[in-house]
Amino acid sequence: MEFTPVYYLIPSLVMFCCGVYGFLTRRNMIAMLISIELMLNAVDINFVVFNRYLFPGSMEGMMFTLFAIGIAAAETALAIAIIINLYRVAKNIDVHDITQMKF
Amino acid sequence: MDITIPILILAIPLFMFLLLGLGGVKMSPKLAGVLGTLGMGTVLVLSYYTAFTYFFSGNPLFVDGTDRLQFVAFNQTWLQFTDKLVIKLGFLLDPISAMMLIVIPTISFMVHLYSLGYMHGERGFQRYYAFLSLFSFSMLGLVVATNIFQMYIFWELVGASSFLLIGFYYTLPSAVAASKKAFIVTRFADLGFLIGILVLSYYTGTFDFKTLCSNPQAVFSSFGGATFMGASALTWALVLIFTGGMGKSAMMPLHIWLPDAMEGPTPVSALIHAATMVVAGVYLVARLFPLYLLEEASLMFVTVVGAVTAFYAAVVACTQIDIKRVLAFSTISQIAFMMVGLGVARPEIHEGLGYMASMFHLFTHAMFKALLFLGAGALIHAVHSNNYTAMGGLRKYMPVTHITFLIGCLAISGIPPFSGFFSKDEILSACYENHIFWGVWMTMVAGMTAFYMFRLYYLIFWWDDPDYEERAKENAHGHGHASLPHDAPWTMTLPLIILALISIVDGFIPFGKFVTWEGHEYTIHINWLYAGISIAVAVIAILLARHLYIRKNDNPKAMADSCRWLWEAAHRRFYWDEIYLFITRRIIFDGICKPIAWFDRHVIDGTMNGLAYVTNQASSAIKGFQSGKVQMYIWWYLIGALILGAVTAVCVL
Amino acid sequence: MESVGSIIIYLIIALSIIVFSVLTVTTRKILRAATYLLFTLFATAALYFKLDYEFLGSVQIAVYAGGIVVLFVFSILLTTKPGDNSEKLASRSRALGLVGAVAMAGVAAWALCSRCADLFTALPSMQNPTMHQIGTAMLGTGYGQYLLPFEAISVLLLACIIGGIVVARKR
Repeated sequence: MEFTPVYYLIPSLVMFCCGVYGFLTRRNMIAMLISIELMLNAVDINFVVFNRYLFPGSMEGMMFTLFAIGIAAAETALAIAIIINLYRVAKNIDVHDITQMKF
Repeated sequence: MDITIPILILAIPLFMFLLLGLGGVKMSPKLAGVLGTLGMGTVLVLSYYTAFTYFFSGNPLFVDGTDRLQFVAFNQTWLQFTDKLVIKLGFLLDPISAMMLIVIPTISFMVHLYSLGYMHGERGFQRYYAFLSLFSFSMLGLVVATNIFQMYIFWELVGASSFLLIGFYYTLPSAVAASKKAFIVTRFADLGFLIGILVLSYYTGTFDFKTLCSNPQAVFSSFGGATFMGASALTWALVLIFTGGMGKSAMMPLHIWLPDAMEGPTPVSALIHAATMVVAGVYLVARLFPLYLLEEASLMFVTVVGAVTAFYAAVVACTQIDIKRVLAFSTISQIAFMMVGLGVARPEIHEGLGYMASMFHLFTHAMFKALLFLGAGALIHAVHSNNYTAMGGLRKYMPVTHITFLIGCLAISGIPPFSGFFSKDEILSACYENHIFWGVWMTMVAGMTAFYMFRLYYLIFWWDDPDYEERAKENAHGHGHASLPHDAPWTMTLPLIILALISIVDGFIPFGKFVTWEGHEYTIHINWLYAGISIAVAVIAILLARHLYIRKNDNPKAMADSCRWLWEAAHRRFYWDEIYLFITRRIIFDGICKPIAWFDRHVIDGTMNGLAYVTNQASSAIKGFQSGKVQMYIWWYLIGALILGAVTAVCVL
Repeated sequence: MESVGSIIIYLIIALSIIVFSVLTVTTRKILRAATYLLFTLFATAALYFKLDYEFLGSVQIAVYAGGIVVLFVFSILLTTKPGDNSEKLASRSRALGLVGAVAMAGVAAWALCSRCADLFTALPSMQNPTMHQIGTAMLGTGYGQYLLPFEAISVLLLACIIGGIVVARKR
């Protein structure tokens, strides 16, 4: 048995779809944020896998993943700051109840 | 010559305009009037000083032996666009501008003084004086222009102040209409002027009068034989420039604004629409005369337009009822005289006699026409009506006005020794010398001038003897004050007397010594054959008028009835206004403007409105999408992403 | 031919990624979701190790598992009250979400299949990127070097720190 890229891509695809499902169904904002992290991770895995299999001599995929992790950290931190602020105002972080921010 | 005085001549009226225009409301009317009059008086002294220095000092700057020179006091670059397209502002002294420096401040000062009495108690008295100062500034700037573009700028300023003053009583619809009419008609003519300037300067590469006029042959050769529709480009340029002059000087067919311009206050009519502004066209042609001499055709055009206008205006003037209208048409006629004088002038005929005569007539006409208008103002002031039907027998009530008005009539009719005789006689001589046809034609017009002026005179001062006491009593019920017609206060009679004295003596000025077309001195010698003819014609015309109008009778009415259609046509000014209205309303408005307006309103606006409507409808239809529910947004985003992904997968991969 | 140990390790990684991902989005308790996410991230880090990217795996553990998940836990503790930490999901919205996820998976699988040849290449041999190489790549300006993104990220992080303080502070 030989591990080809598809062996790694299928778990990544499942992970991504779980992220999509969670993002569509969960109403807690933090849960939605967690789903976003799942999707980001799935994408990171893809970068790494393709880098490893198709271009083993270079490091583009890996560097990209490194930066993506950095950006994800920043994004999460900011999103959580917003959520906490929202919670302070609305005493609630259910996205269905927070519809007034469209203005 | 020091440049301080030329600058002051222009700066004082401008300063007065700004002072009275901006600060006038804070002043009492009397202070504003006195300030304006004093400012104009200062300008009067300064420009007399300038003109007399120019004519009599013998300074080699101004005169070379017997030739008078063009002297540029200053010439400042104002706008520099390219190497050649440079617009300068300056002060040019030469015989005609020096003469205008006498005429304009004199008349303007008289009018300032007169208005103190005439406009007393009017609303907007300060505004009136501000506009008068603006006009004086623009007119002085026009006559001393060193280049044709400066002239054009001040030309437009003059037009603007004329517009403001005609519309002075802006609560009257007729005044508003008249001011609009004057503005539009003259602006239409100025379009031709501008195109003419552009053509001329395109070929010659200069705006400067001195460059243009000192070497006309170079100008001619710079055109290099360019032609357009059979006439040379130079002819076109000159005719188009003359079009501007036609508008300002009310030549046919652009004369229609001048009679209506009499809606303005009477002193304004005297200043702007009789003595100074309307001769700007004549001045323009005189200024560019060396160029006109290059093209006989353009001078011929000037002559024909002038002759036709002179005759037309004289005929119409015989049938008008409003005394200011009569004077307006006589103004048109007399300006046409000047135009003809310029048109028939040739250097080989007595050193350009027509040119000198035209300028002479401009000078004398300014004086006696201002006198007549101011006299008419006094009459209107006394009887509160513009029509001679409300007057008659006034000689007993207003002796000063009567005598001065009579002097004005004698002067305009060309009776020696009054001034009009000398200048008009020179014009007629020039016409005869050019061609006998013009001589006879203009002599006939001169006779008609004498007739209609004395018709007016007799109708006002003799004719009927209405019961003014009765009328005064009736007025007393209406207006609360009863008074017989009487002479005006001294501020109004003094200018009349001064102008009358000037009109008596200024014919004896040896004008040829001062103003000739190349600056050579020229001694006027009256040709008694032509003079005799014109005197005889004038005297016959006056006697005819006396016979018809000395006392009330039915002959004039019978004469009019015998030739009703002609009288009616003349009274309606030969339907020029109706023709214009027909052309503008029926042809231009209905035929061109309305379809354009329809197109604009329905097609262009419709497109825009349709776009706005569609946008509006579409956004109100889809506004539900923005629900604020984040997960709905995600759904739409996901669907879009899936569709895009599917399309990519199917089509590209 | 892979060794048996390698196969077992792969199976553990793949199964834990799949199982914990699914559990992350299906559990009703938000704190548990964060915990499952932690396990998923650990499994991902293990996958990086298996693919010979040791540095990346360590970063994954340090930043994601160590930093972000802790952040999640803290925010969850701050924003939930005892008793309402479970939410009920309507079966309709669950079904709709499932449809969306499956459609997503279908499109992605289709796209993958169109590059079949690439999907079945053997694992090529590779020199593990050393720390020296990574450091040079990150701080160099030549081809394949990333100083500019590195600086951009640093500025972004600074902006996020300031932004986070400004947004979350008490007024």
